[in-house]
Amino acid sequence: MNKNKSEMDLSKFMDEVSPAYPKKVAKKRAKSIVVNDPDAIPQIQANVRTIPGIITQRGCTYAGCKGVVLGPTRDIVNITHGPIGCGYYSWLTRRNQTRADQPEMENFIPYSFSTDMQDSNIVFGGEEKLKQAIREAYELFQPKGIAIFSTCPVGLIGDDVHRVARQMKEELPGVNIFGFSCEGYRGVSQSAGHHIANNGLYKHLIGNNDNYVRKNKYAVNVLGEYNIGGDAFVIDDLFERIGVDIIATMSGNSTLEQFETAHNADFSLVMCHRSINYVAEMLETSFGIPWAKANFIGAEATAKTLRKVGQYFGDQELMDRIEVVIAEEMAKVNAAIEKIRPKTEGKTTMMFVGGSRAHHYQELFNELGMETLVAGYEFGHRDDYEGRSVIPSIQIDADSRNIEEITVYPDATRFNPRKSEEELAKLKEAFDIEFNEYKGMMTDMKKGTLVIDDLSHYEMEKLIEKYHPDVFCAGIKEKYVVQKMGIPMKQLHNYDNGGPYAGFEGAINFYKDIEMIACSTIFKQMKAPWESEELVEAEYVFN
Amino acid sequence: MLLRHTTAKEIDRKALTINPAKTCQPVGAMFAALGIHGCLPHSHGSQGCCSYHRSALSRHFREPIMAGTSSFSEGSSVFGGSANLVQAIDTMFTVYKPEVIAVHTTCLSETIGDDLTQIISKANDDGCVPEGKQVIYCNTPSYVGTHVTGYSNQVAAFVKFFSTATPKKRNVINLVAGWMEPSDMREIKRLAKVMEARTILFPDMTDVLDAPLDGHYKLYPTGGTTIEEMKLTGDSKFTIGLGQSCTEDACIKLENKCKVKFEVVDIPIGFKATDRFLMSLSRHANLPIPDSLSDERGRLIDLISDSSKYLYGKRVALWGDPDTLIPLTEFLVSMDMKPVYVVTGTPSKYFDARMAEILKDIPEAKFKSGELADMFLMHQWIKQEGVDLLIGNTYGKYIARDENVPLIRFGFPIADRPGHNYFAKTGYEGGANLVKQIMDGLLDHIDTNCLEEKVEFQL
Repeated sequence: MNKNKSEMDLSKFMDEVSPAYPKKVAKKRAKSIVVNDPDAIPQIQANVRTIPGIITQRGCTYAGCKGVVLGPTRDIVNITHGPIGCGYYSWLTRRNQTRADQPEMENFIPYSFSTDMQDSNIVFGGEEKLKQAIREAYELFQPKGIAIFSTCPVGLIGDDVHRVARQMKEELPGVNIFGFSCEGYRGVSQSAGHHIANNGLYKHLIGNNDNYVRKNKYAVNVLGEYNIGGDAFVIDDLFERIGVDIIATMSGNSTLEQFETAHNADFSLVMCHRSINYVAEMLETSFGIPWAKANFIGAEATAKTLRKVGQYFGDQELMDRIEVVIAEEMAKVNAAIEKIRPKTEGKTTMMFVGGSRAHHYQELFNELGMETLVAGYEFGHRDDYEGRSVIPSIQIDADSRNIEEITVYPDATRFNPRKSEEELAKLKEAFDIEFNEYKGMMTDMKKGTLVIDDLSHYEMEKLIEKYHPDVFCAGIKEKYVVQKMGIPMKQLHNYDNGGPYAGFEGAINFYKDIEMIACSTIFKQMKAPWESEELVEAEYVFN
Repeated sequence: MLLRHTTAKEIDRKALTINPAKTCQPVGAMFAALGIHGCLPHSHGSQGCCSYHRSALSRHFREPIMAGTSSFSEGSSVFGGSANLVQAIDTMFTVYKPEVIAVHTTCLSETIGDDLTQIISKANDDGCVPEGKQVIYCNTPSYVGTHVTGYSNQVAAFVKFFSTATPKKRNVINLVAGWMEPSDMREIKRLAKVMEARTILFPDMTDVLDAPLDGHYKLYPTGGTTIEEMKLTGDSKFTIGLGQSCTEDACIKLENKCKVKFEVVDIPIGFKATDRFLMSLSRHANLPIPDSLSDERGRLIDLISDSSKYLYGKRVALWGDPDTLIPLTEFLVSMDMKPVYVVTGTPSKYFDARMAEILKDIPEAKFKSGELADMFLMHQWIKQEGVDLLIGNTYGKYIARDENVPLIRFGFPIADRPGHNYFAKTGYEGGANLVKQIMDGLLDHIDTNCLEEKVEFQL
């Protein structure tokens, strides 16, 4: 057992695991397991097929499209077109909080809608059943929007959900009805579903409504924030206090109207780069709204992001308000850190989640003095690891080619660059704000740490066995495996019902939760007293 | 209000399922496969199926749920998933070393018509299946039946692939477990042991989905029916199936294959169903029911009698699976409660017939099974005329809060509370556990909601 960090040589990890794999598998996995060097970022293999039979963390395209991106919106009736399972498993399982304060406000989040396809629908087609389902949804709920999500058999039997959507839109005027071809087999992970969802948002919603009435002088979008555990509520509160409108949060606690008016913003902040970067780019190309990577996970990161907003608008009053908020909040944050950090300092963690979280949460652990030894994404692409500069060199394989790439042009009447090239260049010069750029995870990780894409169950077991992290972070499928090994496990998808973890308030919540994990004593009780070695020895001597 | 769009007004729905009281076949097959020792379930379809099923089972049991996937791509969906499955079998035997791989299909692989017999035989020919290891399979298209059907199909597959009749008959009773908790199975095994009956329970999730935390993770936990035991089921003298929809198919297959006669009884929930189970076991194992079990029964009756004032006439809405709803509804009726709304998404004529019989003296009772028998409909019924108690899975908590009615968690999934896999609801002791939960639910609700002067110190 090697508990001393400095003695650990993570570079040998691949040699440890490769003998267990069939040769071809070992060869392929070797490209997805790299030792990091932030000064000369190595290439990592990502967004490629998982080898069949490997126990993977990954899900499917439907999960990325319906489950992640569109699911959190509260006033769209999301109908899953398919057998019952997919709609069932994406029903309330992601902790996307919604708040519809008035009784007349829509909130369909606690509902699951499905066409529940039967074998006769598979044989004879399911379009008529889908149409009827849409009619019934309308009769019962009169929603403003109805979205259709395709599951695997839909594409195979040739149901055209887009045609159905068009026809039903004619039949039910005033209701925005649109479909997604997000069959589970497309792409190699949830990531394909994000892309398909982004395309659909752009085609069917974004730009539909020019009438946004500002409360404040400046307005932004927060993209790739899904309000898990109430994160978006914390961000909403911060922006309320600094006096900047958030027109659209995509898509935590969002409404149809937010998507439709998003193009009225001045600036887009991108939280989860992987799941929403396409929309960010489209808003830039079509309407001239620049975007920058933002991070509200970690107190320092939150302060930095807020300052970025102030600097972007170049308004001294706004900057002053931001500093007041930061000063107020950092006092509380520092008090919490001072209390908690002695208990967490020097501990280690590993994290394998999402397409951004494994990067963002390193900030929070750093603030607690904890080192991330190994990290990786479940469905990231090379740019999420190495930075967007590698995008031109990413090879387009058959799986990526299957995902529709929509070409976006500047809007004829509404394209309006919010900042000129010169202004953007100045902002970069003065404040180091990188526009339309994400530098990736690896640049923020230390030399010698390990980066693993699409971690397998086997690799996870070996990592824990060999390096004994103090906290391991992943999702529900990994949770109980890790804990059976006696290692505390923190879920970074659903936060183990904790959170919010965003912003200053969220950072404090996170510190407390990690303190709880670090100080929890139950894992010390795994052996019964009569099983301990001392007793066995005593008995031996006694005999 | 959480379910703010639900109103009392029903419309004639034909196509839109809202808040289902069922899920799809493969998750049932995955669950059942975990009850065979050394078995790795495998989902032949898109990654998402496997991920969703593992997540759903993990949330419910709070235990590791391991399974492989064929990780279909668009290419495999067009050209067939044979190459994926063969590679998956090779990878799994090499890396994860199971005794047996239990493949189940999905709507994807079923729609494209993958032939599993052929693919598995190719995997054998290619040398991907090590000596002494085995790959078994069942067909679980998601667009037929429900999770219950998937469970049943997987259990029937155990019989098809393992049960073997030899000339040497054994004085053993097979117990085929329907969809229940490991705690329920543990209790059933205990009852059989008290009776001194020799039994083989399959599938058996005890010591699998209630494994101890001791610092050692086991990909294949110590529990589960062994393959050796599964083979021996063909030599047993009788089979008792627990729950018609999950086990009858396996019982029939075992009779056809190995000439082992069978009887299907209800899952022993409540004293009447437990009486019938014990009498069946007593009859077929030719063993008396000991006094200690009569005493257990007596204690349950005593508890119900102590609680009767609060149970009598209480209106209950319940939802779940036929095999558990049937004995549970009967149990409620036997305690003079009124199960007025009973809903299952699993289509079952057997359920309809049994419900009609059990509820014959409660004219206001409504029940429905199959397509569109969903929780939205049940909630509409509740809006039309309220209930005093809800019994069902975690999805009921949204109705419970809106309607201010206590919820007793029962069935699958229970994602928001721990421990249901440790405390049985089967047998007389399980019945007592259930009565205790019902009473706590009803009385806590009264204590929280009644006028201050009505708060009672005593029962």
